[in-house]
Amino acid sequence: MSLVFYVIAGLSVAGALAAVLLKNTVHCALALTVAFAGLALLFLELDAQFAGFAQILIYIGAVAILVVFAILLTRGSETPKDTVYSRHWIVGLVTAAGIFAVLGWAVLHSTVALPRETTKPEVTVMDIGNALMGRYVLPLEIVALLLTAALIGAVIVAMHDKEGAQ
Amino acid sequence: MTPLTGYLLVAALLFAIGLAGALTRRNAILVLIGIELMLNAANLNLIAFWRYGPNPEALTGMMFAIFSIAVAAAEAAVGLGLVIQIHRHAHTTDLDAMNRMKG
Amino acid sequence: MIEKADQIFILLSHWLVSFLPAWLQAAAMVLLGVVAIVVTFPALFAVTVLLERKGLGRMQNRYGPNRVGPYGIFQPIADGIKSLTKEDIVPRSADAVVHFMAPVFLVVVVFMGYAVLPMGRNMTLVNMDAGLLFFFAIGASSELSVFMAGWSSRNKYSLLGAMRAVAQMISYEVPLLMSSLAVVMITGSLSPNKIVDAQNQYTYGLPHWYIFTPWGFAGFLLFAVAATAETNRSPFDLPEGESELVAGYFTEYSGFKFALFFLGEYVGMMGISGLGTTLFLGGYSAPFSWLQWVPSWCWFFGKVMLSMCVFIWVRGTLPRLRQDQLMNFAWKFVLPLTLLNLMVAALWRFMGEGWLRWVVCSAILLLAYTVMGRVGMRREHFGPRSYRYAE
Repeated sequence: MSLVFYVIAGLSVAGALAAVLLKNTVHCALALTVAFAGLALLFLELDAQFAGFAQILIYIGAVAILVVFAILLTRGSETPKDTVYSRHWIVGLVTAAGIFAVLGWAVLHSTVALPRETTKPEVTVMDIGNALMGRYVLPLEIVALLLTAALIGAVIVAMHDKEGAQ
Repeated sequence: MTPLTGYLLVAALLFAIGLAGALTRRNAILVLIGIELMLNAANLNLIAFWRYGPNPEALTGMMFAIFSIAVAAAEAAVGLGLVIQIHRHAHTTDLDAMNRMKG
Repeated sequence: MIEKADQIFILLSHWLVSFLPAWLQAAAMVLLGVVAIVVTFPALFAVTVLLERKGLGRMQNRYGPNRVGPYGIFQPIADGIKSLTKEDIVPRSADAVVHFMAPVFLVVVVFMGYAVLPMGRNMTLVNMDAGLLFFFAIGASSELSVFMAGWSSRNKYSLLGAMRAVAQMISYEVPLLMSSLAVVMITGSLSPNKIVDAQNQYTYGLPHWYIFTPWGFAGFLLFAVAATAETNRSPFDLPEGESELVAGYFTEYSGFKFALFFLGEYVGMMGISGLGTTLFLGGYSAPFSWLQWVPSWCWFFGKVMLSMCVFIWVRGTLPRLRQDQLMNFAWKFVLPLTLLNLMVAALWRFMGEGWLRWVVCSAILLLAYTVMGRVGMRREHFGPRSYRYAE
């Protein structure tokens, strides 16, 4: 396990922790951006360059800005009156801890069947393009339809209701 | 500990943190942030298994992850639109206050 | 001899690195490349700032700065000293951490974009297979720093300027990507090196630059418009309009942080000009085959500085667009034209060689431009005025 992996993983986890623990919502969104960047670096470390750059472009370049805009449009950056955690926060914490325990146990106790070290896969963008237009053309078209539906849906959901003439 | 185990543990940790955030915060937008973290953790899992799995030339894991990124972005857009509309209606994004079906 | 002049920087760096032990040499090469970029482009920034002030001044029928040194050439040095010694005022209610991080983040992000640009033969810092995607991904991250700057100042005008700037940058992100998509489609690769290699060929002495094809010309114009909007330059500079919003999202910045924002903006402009020259103007290739004795990096930097001059020229000429006109222009004019450009590029590719494809493609693009210009950009007709008096 290389030092680079530990540093990047530490960065991602720190960003994620900050994103769920901080009081100021905009700080949470910026910490989320750090977590996204850390994950993109992890993808690059795993030799998945296209996925890493797509992660930066889509998540940091679009989703993070969406989240920030939504926070600003819903006045989330003002200080909250009560505490930021819900009344039954202990239930959520226990559930998350339980799930992490189960997943961690499963990961640590069941990797006997996988090979230890594999050769680095040589993936070019041409291969990805061929795959997208060959074997994965149907998911591609469905995702295109889904994105169109989401686009129209988001616009309609967030549109101002037309008030009647005064 | 193999490299694959390391990546899977990081993914599990991120998933748990995202879940904790989604379940414990009041603000609806922070719940969506938690959901995005969970989706990212799942993507990390996919790419890790693609890299250390038996057949990386088939590109299955990477394709799955790319489609997942696209779908997550669409879902974030619609979710945030919904949150904005709810705020316009109820003038708050506090989930503890929105505990009745009546508008 | 010509080879040596062309590769002089590569040979120099190899010679410098040869003094180090073998295990350190790869890292040292990369470090030398980074240092070269970090030194060159701020120097070009200083030249550009002076050029802009003198150029704008002359276009507005006045001299630019001409006190500091002959023809004002030491003005950038004076500006640098001023911005370093000015007091750094942080508003008391501002968010100190985010306020500090915003210019730093911007400068880091714009410098990272230079890693994939081929600045000369064999002079790309990192030869990535998906280099273009890297550049666009990094460019998209710079929008976040604009938002951070505007929000952390806790100032209504800064926030308004930041929201407008981010909305504008997001709207023009899509035409920027789609106009470069036509180039990627025709070349068949996302790597800037391969794109330049595809343009580095000559028939009868004329180069195969993509700007000399109908779809390339339209693509270049659309790319230029989108690039001007991405870097918040006039005529798209409402977010930093001096007469509207004080200084927009960097109202509350003074001293060195303001200089960093300024540096980030101009270095970003040079980066996107570099990308434009790589995609459409042939990167480091010479205009005519008998001019290839001039070193390749001369051509690259010459084309980038020419693009900067065009940016300055456009700034001095066109009036500013209003926010809604800007957004209208993006979504209703530029984006459909980029989609059409993509289809015309495909048509060009499949029509085979000959004069017919030139005529057909040019005709389609001109027709689309005229029709969209008349139909899409109609001016609103206002009805008769109605007056409402206070009761």
